[in-house]
Order: sequence, then C-alpha cells, then structure tokens
Amino acid sequence: MRQDHLITATQLSRPDIEAVLDRAREIDGSREAFEQRYSGSVLALCFFEPSTRTKMSFETAAKRLGAETIDMGSIESSSVKKGESLADTVRVIEGYADALVLRHPSEGSAKMASEFVDVPVINAGDGAGQHPSQTLLDLHTIRERHGLDDLTIGIMGDLKYGRTVHSLASALTNFDATQHFISPESLRLPRSVRFDLHESGAQVREHTELDAVLPELDVLYVTRIQRERFPDENEYHQIAGEYRIDADTLSAADPDLTVMHPLPRVDEIAADVDETSHARYFEQAHNGVPVRMALLDMLLGGDAA
Amino acid sequence: MSPDRELRVSKIRNGTVIDHITGGQSLNVLAILGIDGSEEFSLSIGMNVPSDRLGRKDILKVEGRELSQSEVDVLSLIAPEATINIVRDYEVVEKNRVERPTEVVGVLSCPNRNCISNDDEPVETRFAVMDDGVRCDYCSEILRDRIAEHIDV
Repeated sequence: MRQDHLITATQLSRPDIEAVLDRAREIDGSREAFEQRYSGSVLALCFFEPSTRTKMSFETAAKRLGAETIDMGSIESSSVKKGESLADTVRVIEGYADALVLRHPSEGSAKMASEFVDVPVINAGDGAGQHPSQTLLDLHTIRERHGLDDLTIGIMGDLKYGRTVHSLASALTNFDATQHFISPESLRLPRSVRFDLHESGAQVREHTELDAVLPELDVLYVTRIQRERFPDENEYHQIAGEYRIDADTLSAADPDLTVMHPLPRVDEIAADVDETSHARYFEQAHNGVPVRMALLDMLLGGDAA
Repeated sequence: MSPDRELRVSKIRNGTVIDHITGGQSLNVLAILGIDGSEEFSLSIGMNVPSDRLGRKDILKVEGRELSQSEVDVLSLIAPEATINIVRDYEVVEKNRVERPTEVVGVLSCPNRNCISNDDEPVETRFAVMDDGVRCDYCSEILRDRIAEHIDV
C-alpha cells in the first residue's frame, strides 16, 4: 500500500508498520549506507507549538540522510501572527520543501494541510489528536525488546489529551496485544478512540489504579498528567500523585518490565527508576532518529509504507 | 391525511412537499436547505401537526422549487422518517424517502471546539455518516446526540 502522508496511526496497517521498523533496524545496523542519500532534498519543519525532541530528532534524521531542513523561526515573528491561515502557510512552504513536518495545536490540522499540498505531510502532533511518528518509535522500542505480538501493555496517565496514547493504542490493534488503560476517571480515553478500539476488536481494559494490573505487564507506558487539565491545584496534586511511579512501585512488576515515556517527564517517573533495568525512555527517545530516518526514506523515496 | 389536516397547509401547484419531518425540526430542515424566506418562492410550514405515524410531525411545502435527492438526503440526520413529494400541476409525480448519505459536507459544525474545521480556514466541515451518528473527517470526533444543534449553514 502506498501512502503519501502520515496523518494518523489509524491509517497504518501491520505491513506498513513492519516496513518502517524493518527499515529503521537496517539503518541502525548500517547508518553510513543511508548518509547523503537525500543530499539536495529539503525538509520543512513547521512547528506551530513548542517542541524540543520531536523537532530535533526530525532535524537530526534529515541531516543524517543528507537533507537540509528549514523552519519557521518563532511563531511570534512569523506570518501566522499576522493572521495567515494554515492552508496558506503550507501552500507557500510546499514550494520550498520536499516534505512537511507539521505540529499544530488544532486537531485535524495535519489532515487539512495534506489536502492543500502535493508533498508528503507528516503529522508531528495535532492538538490532542495524533502523533503517529512517535508511535513508530515507540513500537520500534517495544519490538526490539519484546516483539509486538503476545504483548501486554499498560498505558497510564493523561489518556484523554495524550496524542501519543491515541496513536499508540490505535497502532497496537494491528498486533496481538492486550491493552490496559490506567487513568483517573476524568482523563480516560476519548470516545472516538474507544470506538475505534472496539471496532477493531482490540483486547482493552480500563482501570483507575495500576496496582492490580502491574504484575501482568510487559510494558508500562507512562504519560504526564498536566496541571492545566485541572481547575483546582489541590485536585491536580492529589490525582497526579496517584499515577506516579518509583523504584519501590516497580518491585511488584515482572523483572523484564519495560518502562517507557514519550518525554518530557516532570515527576511521574521518579529519578530512582532511571537506574533500574526497567527504564527504557532514553533509549526510546534515541530511537526517534533511525525511525524518522526510515519514515523520511520511505516518504521521500516514494516506496512509502 | 384527513380533510381537517389538509386545511392547515394549502396545496401547492409546483414544487416540493417534505412530509413526516420529526416534530419541531422544520426550521432546521429549512436551514439545511438554505431557505430563509428571502427567496421568491412561497413557503408553507406546518409544525407539530398530529400524525398517526410520528405522534406529531412537521410539514413543509415549497412552491416553485424542486429539491434534488442529494439535497434532501442530508435531512435524514434530523428527520429520518421524512418523505419528499415532488408536485407538478397539483399532482404528486414523485415520492421518495430520504436516504442516509455517506457523508455530509458544509452542514454541521464540529462539536470539538479545538478542531481545525472550527478555525478560520478555507475548508467546509465534512462528516462521515455512521450507523448511529456522524464523525468529523478532520478530528474524528463522534456526534451522536442532538445533531440538529450542530447545524451550521
């Protein structure tokens, strides 16, 4: 199946995912074989929201492939502040670049952008919607350690607004995975995501506490609960505290448990977890480069997954 | 229809009669059809008329305008029982039910305030029609209840 854009994880089939991850593995093994492959190509990084690691890892991936990157500078100094529509912005930038990476605060922004341009659009986060390139690197991390079938994963934290969660949950329906969702009631998965999981026949359970399910897990994927989701500061502190893990929490876990986090973390994973064999979140972040190199290779090279 | 009810809304010579509209929805039907009373043609609206089938129903008679099937199919979202009668020279020449379309474009606003279709962008809203609701093509939000409240035409 050929695809021109990467907008949502729901568009990805199992062969699509495996093709990207196989390519990432290949790149990991022989990075020099891919260097300069896209010399002369230009990747536009259109970030309408702050980003450190997603932007830097796309930039690194492009540069390791020999491509140049351009960006919009700060939003404050750009034409967006003058009231330009996203549709106009991407139509202009399309003329400068061979592919666009877009992060935007509105859900559906990447989908809309893709309707206005002919170059590939990669959704690098659309509001509380999707973040499919993050999912590919998450899956790469899981696959290299556990494989993607016969997997039991717990996904914990802000499941309502967490775009990495929405994309990961959707992509995992392609595999034989049991998904446990652990969150406060007010931050459970949105209806649209639950609907898709149900439609796909996924094995899904929802919980408000980690304790009971922790020993079963192969992977625990932790996300940040943001202060701004709660009108009341005390309520935030009380609820966020219940979804915080430390080395002591993990004493009840399987010794092979992998703990992941899309980062940045604040204090939902205590620093003492970093020293345990469970911690894989920095490795996960590093995987952003080979996976995004693979993704760019497939979209720019025209043999898209 | 009993003679008693015939009196409520007079017959039309040429045009479209939309009957069996869910009670109270006729103004939304007009909004969807883009009819606001400023047009040349005459229009009769019956609201909350007693109906054997629906309990109460609305009925619209649009003089001098024939509505196409695709124009009226979108009505199925708020008036699934509606029937469309095309009238020529006082005779009903065509009688159709509304059919659920596969998508509705430019009719509903997305209930997700953070959806790009609610930003100031040059796009029409687009919803896929599901068995029991509609779904935004942009942000995937599902709208099941009170669809009429999101009509924005």
